[in-house]
Amino acid sequence: MGKGKTATLFKELGRNKTLLLMIMPFVIHLIIFRYVPIWGWIMAFQDYNPLKGVSGSEFVGLKHFKALFSEPLFLKVIRNTLAISTIKLVLGTSTSLFLAILLNETRNKYFKSITQTITSLPHFISWVVTASLVREMLSTDGGMVNEFLMFIKVIDKPILWLGVQKYFWWLMGWTNVWKEIGWGAIIYLAAMTGIDSQLYEAAKIDGASRIQRIIHVTIPGIKATFLILLIMNIGYMLNAGYEQMFLLKSGLTQDVAQVFELFAIEWGLNKLRYSFAAASGIFASVVSIILITVTNKISHKLGETALF
Amino acid sequence: MTEKTSNIIFDSIKLFVLIFLLIITLYPFLNLLAISFNEAQDTAKGGITLFPRVFSTASYRTLFRLPELFTGFVNSVLRTVIGSVTQVFSCAMIAYVLSRKSFPLRKPLSLLWIFTMYVSGGLIPYYFLMRSLGLLNNFHIYWIPGLTSAFTIIVIRTYIIGLPESLIEAAKVEGAGEFRIFMQIILPLAIPVLATMALFAAVDHWNSWVDTWLFNPKKKELTTLQYELMKKLSSTNSSKAGKLGAAAKRGSRSGGTTPKSIRAAMTMIAAVPIMLVYPFLQKYFVTGLTLGGVKE
Repeated sequence: MGKGKTATLFKELGRNKTLLLMIMPFVIHLIIFRYVPIWGWIMAFQDYNPLKGVSGSEFVGLKHFKALFSEPLFLKVIRNTLAISTIKLVLGTSTSLFLAILLNETRNKYFKSITQTITSLPHFISWVVTASLVREMLSTDGGMVNEFLMFIKVIDKPILWLGVQKYFWWLMGWTNVWKEIGWGAIIYLAAMTGIDSQLYEAAKIDGASRIQRIIHVTIPGIKATFLILLIMNIGYMLNAGYEQMFLLKSGLTQDVAQVFELFAIEWGLNKLRYSFAAASGIFASVVSIILITVTNKISHKLGETALF
Repeated sequence: MTEKTSNIIFDSIKLFVLIFLLIITLYPFLNLLAISFNEAQDTAKGGITLFPRVFSTASYRTLFRLPELFTGFVNSVLRTVIGSVTQVFSCAMIAYVLSRKSFPLRKPLSLLWIFTMYVSGGLIPYYFLMRSLGLLNNFHIYWIPGLTSAFTIIVIRTYIIGLPESLIEAAKVEGAGEFRIFMQIILPLAIPVLATMALFAAVDHWNSWVDTWLFNPKKKELTTLQYELMKKLSSTNSSKAGKLGAAAKRGSRSGGTTPKSIRAAMTMIAAVPIMLVYPFLQKYFVTGLTLGGVKE
């Protein structure tokens, strides 16, 4: 920056003193609450000692990263996180898309808006409340799911759904569908209303059936929205949604329910291995950035929409 | 198959699926509502579906006598009001400054905020920061860290940029300063988007329990409703009834409750405020979502 430029900047800032004054407290807030913790990443490369702080602790290089990658529990945690995220992503996206298509094909305005309102309601309920509802529905003591399955004679005695390891990931996927299907559909539905109705007319004249119109008009019409949401979600693969896991796991499912964020909380705050937990936090951020960049590149290469 | 019959089949399947969805969304709420209003010993016999069989408000009466529930309720309301009002006001002020073309630091400061949407320090450094700022076991942790949010700022800024520039010019000619323009012209005009963002913030505050769990677990007077519900869920899960069991016993002498009926009533108290507000404001939520999606 040249001298003249700096001078102009100060002059312009002087002219906008009030604006500067209005924003300064928040810039300080931003630096303290969002940037100071990023600086705290340093502790992952130290044997962090809370008494000495970041400036006084000894640097140990990649020691904690090596420890992290050779920790057997860590590999299990990665497996659980990726499995749950993938299931939630695939089930969540496809069901929301399916609901959006059905709503788009619904001509009755009232039925459409009532369905939309009710199905997106659970999105605003906390996971604590949702977990309470889910436990009640899946309980062996008169829960709706067991009662219904016994009524249609699929099972002959109640199943402890939340206590069986092999069901756990899928239950997380489906409870997430229950909570988010309607909310997820809103954005697809918005994209569908943007499709030119002449395309439907033309397809109809060409003799396309309703299913064919969905496949050849509706789906291509929302492809861009779909891909952008997909790229964004893939970036969050290491966030499996720890609230849900924490609230629905039990001693029986601990092994398949332990996800990345819970692992960091447990090792950092309960077992007091701060540097180790900070290293796992950095790992998560780096993986997210790599995932989002790679998927974005692939989408770009394929000649499709990209996020950036 | 003719066009007409295939349409009928398609519509029937569609109707069936949508109605099925409506039932599985609503049934859990209605079922728990019925359980919460049913006499506890009678509930234990099973078979409660949509309506209470033996009506009783004992669960709610027992709950409202629990001091931690009252404290939790007050704190949840307080943090929801304080948290969303301060967040929306601060973000509006930031958004206004960042929308002014004459402000030279507009671009770099915007980037400073946007960066935090993608990269964060993680829990452990954050926890230490809160400790050194004295925010552990402190009510202020509920609203101070969330004072500014990059997403909210972007949405409000997009809205402000869409307002006619001439309004600001005219006010300037009249001799109004920037702060006055913000307070008297921009804020009133931005009410639709501010309301949307306030609602988003309010939902987050009302539903939050993790910050109570991590940062304020030791101070009973700082507890929140969702945190209390979480504790009740996990205590019955590990079959250690604890305090709730004691409360249920106390209750059973004076009218009859069980952990199950208490849990049902508590779930309703934690869910109903949002459910009551939601249908009226759905319109705004959708606007807010699409607004956020456009220029993110």
